[in-house]
Amino acid sequence: MSIHLHNIAKHFGNTQALEPINLDIHEGELVGLLGPSGSGKTTLLRIIAGLENADRTAQPGKILFGDRDVTNVHVRDRRIGFVFQHYALFRHMSVYDNVAFGLTVLSRKRRPSSGEIRARVFRLLEMVKLEHLANRYPAQLSGGQQQRVSLARALAVEPEVLLLDEPFGALDAKVRQELRRWLRHLHDELNFTSVFVTHDQEEALELSDRVVVMSNGRIEQVDTPDELYRTPKNRFVFEFLGDVNHLEGKVTNGVLTCGDAYWHVDLPDGHAELLLRPHEVRLTEQPTSESHLPVTITAISPVGAEVRVELEADWLAQPWLATVRHTDFEHLALRRGQRLFAHPRHWRRFPKAESKAAEQTRVA
Amino acid sequence: MRRIGDAPVVRRLLIGAALVLSALFLLLPLVAIFAQAFSEGVMVFWANVSNTFTLHAIGLTLMIALLTIPVCLVFGVALAWLVTRFSFPGRRILQTLIDIPFAVSPVVAGLIYLLLYGRNGWIGTWLDGYDIQLMFSWPGILMVTIFVTCPFVARELIPLMQAQGSREEEAAVTLGASGWTTFRRVTLPNIRWALLYGVILTNARAVGEFGAVSVVSGAIRGKTNTLPLHLEQLYQDYNAVGAFACAALLAFIALLTLSAKAGLEWRAARREAFA
Repeated sequence: MSIHLHNIAKHFGNTQALEPINLDIHEGELVGLLGPSGSGKTTLLRIIAGLENADRTAQPGKILFGDRDVTNVHVRDRRIGFVFQHYALFRHMSVYDNVAFGLTVLSRKRRPSSGEIRARVFRLLEMVKLEHLANRYPAQLSGGQQQRVSLARALAVEPEVLLLDEPFGALDAKVRQELRRWLRHLHDELNFTSVFVTHDQEEALELSDRVVVMSNGRIEQVDTPDELYRTPKNRFVFEFLGDVNHLEGKVTNGVLTCGDAYWHVDLPDGHAELLLRPHEVRLTEQPTSESHLPVTITAISPVGAEVRVELEADWLAQPWLATVRHTDFEHLALRRGQRLFAHPRHWRRFPKAESKAAEQTRVA
Repeated sequence: MRRIGDAPVVRRLLIGAALVLSALFLLLPLVAIFAQAFSEGVMVFWANVSNTFTLHAIGLTLMIALLTIPVCLVFGVALAWLVTRFSFPGRRILQTLIDIPFAVSPVVAGLIYLLLYGRNGWIGTWLDGYDIQLMFSWPGILMVTIFVTCPFVARELIPLMQAQGSREEEAAVTLGASGWTTFRRVTLPNIRWALLYGVILTNARAVGEFGAVSVVSGAIRGKTNTLPLHLEQLYQDYNAVGAFACAALLAFIALLTLSAKAGLEWRAARREAFA
């Protein structure tokens, strides 16, 4: 079931939670709504679900599920599955009763027989690998188990659209990783359309077919994870999707200077701010004729595939972060307090104002 | 290692003080009531209790309590629902208004009702035209009792429902449940202990209310006399044993109420331990 949002806006009192938004989600897609807190992502999800109403303005918004206009359809008739951030399991009901709830509240005409309900609930519990806990109460389960119950409960009514609000937010890293993979499998297997909200860029990029990046009630960019990371449309998207180093200075005759540091760049004269990712910083023991950017190592974290090195210098307003391969790390014999020279491999430049003007990128 | 407040002298002193004070101010009067009621034997006690007027007072008191509870129950649940699930202008004021019956002296409440609904009162004059008299009859007693007891249920529910939030109800609705089904199968089970607790408190107050009722009832023996009013009349008539027999009845109801409350709390604690 595809989802089309047209001109959806939302005010809470005087604050605008969502600027008028248009968004198309294709059938069978797994879409992540990514943004910092207060960006309007949860509000948007709740509007899709029908738990919140969009503003009724002169040009009222429209929500379509496929060809069905659901703008004025009540939540209970939208046929969605909603997974809440803190699971919202019925605390006085057993796991079994939680999952069966959606089936038992159907009108008598549409309600399956009790035997059929039983079979379906156990099929779902099997799918989430919790059939042995059917008689437990939510308080007796771990966070990850509760989340799986809440997923099974949402899927029991066979929704065409599955909406998840920060589904893995309250879980520890390992369980989160496992549940993510599991959700991806489930999505591919059952073929529904899913929209989930997250503030974790890694989660959004790993899980989604497409990511909707939001800030301040606006959609900044909608793209595949790959496109998003490679060609961010603006500074916000670039900064939100990973660690960023800033290099700010004055350009005269093709040389950018900042304190005692200088660097040859192909830019017009004037003030310039360049942004680079940690892996775009190369470290050497000697400056070159092209660049002279002296830095001091203040911290080293050798955990993971690459070594993360924190760099400081008096010409830098904020410390830089550089990632170095383990072989280079050993080769350079890096240690805290060591003085080195940084060389940008690649950089980007975004207009200061959050306009949608084209970015500039260069390979140095 | 010693924790704060673990000093044995202080602890014994505090426990001792608590025990002495409870015995002196709580237990002793209770024992005295029963001792006085049975001071001339069980037969005299029974004669006093089975007196026509006493029986009528018991009946009226129980009837008022039975009528008050459902009204307060519905009112309390509706109010708590309104205040915790919706946001509207005046919500805070409404939450303060709920406490008026607690803040106002019951006698004042009775006087207000007399002023409004009495024969010369604002509404009373109009009602008199239709030959309806609320004051000095049981409807008046019921009205002031409801006024005095209406905050109990709402006061119990509001903090709980605020803490629980509306997520479970939202979940129920996304699963297709109707409003009534959501209330019956999700909201009600979550608040049932608080609800019962509120009912117990309401009952205790409805049975024992004196001030407001004494103003509006007229205390006509065998007609509009509730148990507390009857007790006071017996006492004024120098029938100490009769008065204490009624007092023993009231105390007995109070003890029943308290044990019901303790039982509920014990069950709730056990549920929590197992959950």
